[in-house]
Amino acid sequence: MSDISTMESRSNMQKLSASIFKASGLLWVFLGLCVVAALLSPAFLNPANLMNVFRQVALYGIVSVGMTFVILTKGIDLSVGSILGVCAVSTALLLSGGWSPWLAVVIALLIGTGLGAINGIGVAIGRVPPFIMTLGMMVMARGLALTLANGQPIGLKDAAANFAWLGRGAMLGIPVPVWIFAVVAAIAIFVLRYTPFGRQIYAVGSNEEAAHLSGISVNLINFYVYVISGFLAALTALIFVSRLTVGEPTAGTGIELEAIAITVIGGTSLFGGEGGIFGTIIGAAILAVLANIMNLVGISPFTQQIVKGAIIVGAVLYEMQRKRK
Amino acid sequence: MLLEAISKGSHTFDPTMILQMAGIAKSFPGVRALDGVSFSVRRGEVHALVGENGAGKSTLMKILSGAYQADQGVITFDGKAVAFPTPSQMIGLGIAVIYQEFAQAPHLTVAENIFLHRLPRTRLGLVDWKKAAAEAKRYMDRLGFSVDPLARIDRLSVAQRQMVEIARALSRNARLIVLDEPSAVLGDNELQKLFSTIRSLQKEGVSFIYISHRLKEVFDISQTVTVLRDGKVVNSTATREMTTDDLIRSMVGRSIGDYFPPRNPKFGNDVLKISGINRGKVLKDISLNLRGGEIVGICGLAGAGRSELLRAIIGADAIDSGRIELRGKALTIETPRKAIALGIGFAPEDRKTDGLFLSQSVSFNITISRLRDVLSGFWLNLSHERKTAQDFAAKLRVKTPDVDARVGNLSGGNQQKCVIAKQLNAKCDVLLVDEPTRGVDVGAKREIYELLVDLTERSGLAILMVSSDLPEVIGMCDRILVMCEGRITAELAKADATEEEIMKHATVH
Repeated sequence: MSDISTMESRSNMQKLSASIFKASGLLWVFLGLCVVAALLSPAFLNPANLMNVFRQVALYGIVSVGMTFVILTKGIDLSVGSILGVCAVSTALLLSGGWSPWLAVVIALLIGTGLGAINGIGVAIGRVPPFIMTLGMMVMARGLALTLANGQPIGLKDAAANFAWLGRGAMLGIPVPVWIFAVVAAIAIFVLRYTPFGRQIYAVGSNEEAAHLSGISVNLINFYVYVISGFLAALTALIFVSRLTVGEPTAGTGIELEAIAITVIGGTSLFGGEGGIFGTIIGAAILAVLANIMNLVGISPFTQQIVKGAIIVGAVLYEMQRKRK
Repeated sequence: MLLEAISKGSHTFDPTMILQMAGIAKSFPGVRALDGVSFSVRRGEVHALVGENGAGKSTLMKILSGAYQADQGVITFDGKAVAFPTPSQMIGLGIAVIYQEFAQAPHLTVAENIFLHRLPRTRLGLVDWKKAAAEAKRYMDRLGFSVDPLARIDRLSVAQRQMVEIARALSRNARLIVLDEPSAVLGDNELQKLFSTIRSLQKEGVSFIYISHRLKEVFDISQTVTVLRDGKVVNSTATREMTTDDLIRSMVGRSIGDYFPPRNPKFGNDVLKISGINRGKVLKDISLNLRGGEIVGICGLAGAGRSELLRAIIGADAIDSGRIELRGKALTIETPRKAIALGIGFAPEDRKTDGLFLSQSVSFNITISRLRDVLSGFWLNLSHERKTAQDFAAKLRVKTPDVDARVGNLSGGNQQKCVIAKQLNAKCDVLLVDEPTRGVDVGAKREIYELLVDLTERSGLAILMVSSDLPEVIGMCDRILVMCEGRITAELAKADATEEEIMKHATVH
């Protein structure tokens, strides 16, 4: 009996390590990239620079975790950048208006979650294609952010000091945003792997009709992933505001594209049902290191865009080739 | 005679024939769809092609249209052998196939649909709309249907759209037109109009292949009839020398043998009772009951409403009216989720699109229907999950390297077993199965039969089984319901059920 159970747990360990090693091709790419970076610029291994890279990974990583949930259901969320903007502006307004930081945090998270919920309702109940629903939300939420802020960045004034820890603090020498990302990623990994909800996300993404006929509330699952994505966009907004001590209505512009790129590079299939958070973490790390090297060796931001775009297409191309075999 | 010619390596050409297909064979993985079929159409005749679902009619027509390549055989059209037919080549030769689902662009006009890709041009290379409209009108008038050639096609009736398809065929100088179940979408009046169009085109020398499940039409319109069964021609004669009974007997008539497991049923009380279910035009006043331990079969031709009935019961499609009782309690089932919670399982016809998560593992597919059984607190207990999946895989004899294998990599029969395992895992006591052995090889078929019989006898499961395979229904079921055009037209006890009897009630005479 104990034999069987150790065998079982061993095979579960194998399964777990298999899913890590599925992303291991990427891990090698990442390590290779780090070696190249170190060779190209000695400044890369400078602790201050590494911390910057980590922060970058954390910021994009948190949004990308939400994006991964959405893409696993075969959806897409183009609105995360704009939701981030609304939440950044709201936080700054509340803080500069003298509200308690705790309350400001809760309200901002609620706003992001609420906007995500609207996406979810549109997609799940209204049957609006995710691309259109979140495109609409992207435009609307950006408009909302600009309206709330009256088009101007909003400074935190005296409140900035109370709120600095989230974006600029550190614990055990590691920046707080990195801790937050670690917690978010860990929860996400466990939810996807060890909860019925996680299972059902994969089921809906693999075959929505079969999921429906298997008794899964497809609508509910489709709703929740956008809620999660909205919540994580709001969380990122808090870190943004804390770091910059200002709530900019244009904050987060274009971050949706980064998040999609990270998710796809991390091996999550745009056709749903395949992939996971391990890949997304490495995807975020790859893009952050890449951007960092290019900055260090002085490649212009314009050229950087060309490289990034090519890498996204390359990642999907690789995925397609692999599948064909 | 033709076969002899083939075997001698020469191929005699009969000038009275517009089409000669000789020795046509076609296999798909695991299935021999056509086995040495010879089929000829005389100039100017209407040649009916009949057979049960899966007899090989569509495969034969797909070979004729160039959509499939035959593995063996010779096709001669109008005296010329066609070596490697492609769709565009066959259209060029004058063969047009008109499918049940029209290949039309619904937002374009009648004229555009008739001349799709070949609109007449002016000297400047622009589309000559005047000429297109005039020509389109000329073709439609010739068919006896005057419609505005500039009307959008989605505004037309189905009968008119069918005529547009025929007009398109004529505009390409079609000399052989295949009509695949043309009457499925037509009313009686419209059908008579179609017949008169066919007759007048016949006089102009156009030949037709007419595929239908409705035997009355075969006698009304055709001069020759060919019966396909299991990929072979079993009969090809002048229609007037046949009777309905002859036709049915040649369409069915196989020996069942002891291919099916012995049955020793013990019936319990009514588990499922349905009265007066209606759904639009697909289900009309359906009533049935199902007892514990019983296997009830539902037969009928494609489009009779069999799968729709199952979908209505589990709440996948809404019903307009009717009453469903489960273990004596009346209830409404709005969603498949509720059906599963109530203990009704459903194994859909198309396991790849509706039944399975192909990119996921065997264990994922089996346990997804009831994850709460493999929870420890809030978390999934993966060891427990594996164990559950392994138990089912062993019980149902799913052949897989292990339960972590992708279900998409298994064979059809093993995939089907996973679909059934998924339902059993949900602890259902009523199981609705739609075509449980379609695309499954013979050995696995037998295993699935044994499994189903075993489940009813050992755990009192009640099974409602839709199948197009008549021997399977007769061999497996304790009672058989026959459906035709959305209604149940007969209920046959096992002892009375013959294929002839079933076909008689399944077809419209």
